[in-house]
Amino acid sequence: MSEQLTIEERLWEYIDGMSTPEERTVIDRLIEADAAWRAKYSELLEVQQLMLSSELEEPSMRFTKNVMEEIALMHIAPATKTYINKKIIWGITIFFITMIIGFLVYGIGQVKWTSSGDAKFTIDVSNIDFSVMFNNTYLNAFMMMNMILGLFLLDRYLAKKRKKMHEEA
Amino acid sequence: MSTGLNDNELISRVLGGDQQAYAILIDRYKSYVFTLALRFTKNREDAEEVSQDIFIKAYRALADFRGASKFSTWLYTIVNTTCITFLRKKRLEVHSLDNEKVFEVADSQDSGLRANLVEQKSRIAMVNQAIALLSTDDAEIITLFYKAEQTLEEIAKVLGIESNAVKVRLHRARTRLKDKMQKHFAAEVNDLT
Repeated sequence: MSEQLTIEERLWEYIDGMSTPEERTVIDRLIEADAAWRAKYSELLEVQQLMLSSELEEPSMRFTKNVMEEIALMHIAPATKTYINKKIIWGITIFFITMIIGFLVYGIGQVKWTSSGDAKFTIDVSNIDFSVMFNNTYLNAFMMMNMILGLFLLDRYLAKKRKKMHEEA
Repeated sequence: MSTGLNDNELISRVLGGDQQAYAILIDRYKSYVFTLALRFTKNREDAEEVSQDIFIKAYRALADFRGASKFSTWLYTIVNTTCITFLRKKRLEVHSLDNEKVFEVADSQDSGLRANLVEQKSRIAMVNQAIALLSTDDAEIITLFYKAEQTLEEIAKVLGIESNAVKVRLHRARTRLKDKMQKHFAAEVNDLT
């Protein structure tokens, strides 16, 4: 069965004209010498011809008219690249990168680097005071700055979109 | 009408405001699009509706066609996505390549088709009916390769898969079509050849 499949695969490539010149020569010889190959080849060739003889289906006579009537009042949408502004994408990227770096710097800043000399390192989660982390003036200022930046970018994006729509109209 | 223009020239004219140039593109591709849609919907009314939707979508998105591929390849990508969406909406099953149930369903339609075929004694009708017995995936790939004149690389773009996968799927589809023809239309094939 698998051998049969290989024969078929090779013959289809040969029929489709996708075989390499070397492979074509080999198959030419096989078709000439081997009755099984010859029979399979003529069988596949017949299928190929039948497939080529199949016809396309035709839609209704009014098809083109119907589409043209539908699009008569439509406008072609502007190309995607014109309304996806790269500056906005860069702005959003910078916004998130700044946030991540900010959190990292803050987190690293909170670490006490001095060691007591005791190798045993245990963390008691219940003793961590999270309120200190989120009740810090610098963190609040940083969050506020990010929010303002985010709102500014959103406003710019919406303003551009509105402007484009006005121009189209 | 300037029918001597190629696809890219026609698209430039449409983008330049000559909406009527789009009618030439529709006439050029409506049969291909309709045939492909019919392979999915298995119903002429739905295929007509979906095909119209495809040309409308293509018109709206025409500015996005950058000429990197053939217009037909770009259009068939819209055909593929629109038809899949249509099938999902209709909650029809999109059968996988190895799902044999589709053949069982198709086989049940066979007696009517066979009677019809004997009357028609037509090679074309027989092939079209054999293709109709295939699964959507098989019928689509055969139509794209044989009727829509798309290369393996172009079909890969349309279907969003690798060219090697297209090759394998095409091979399987052809084998299944051959089996269908041998199983259901063996006598007719002998009469015709």
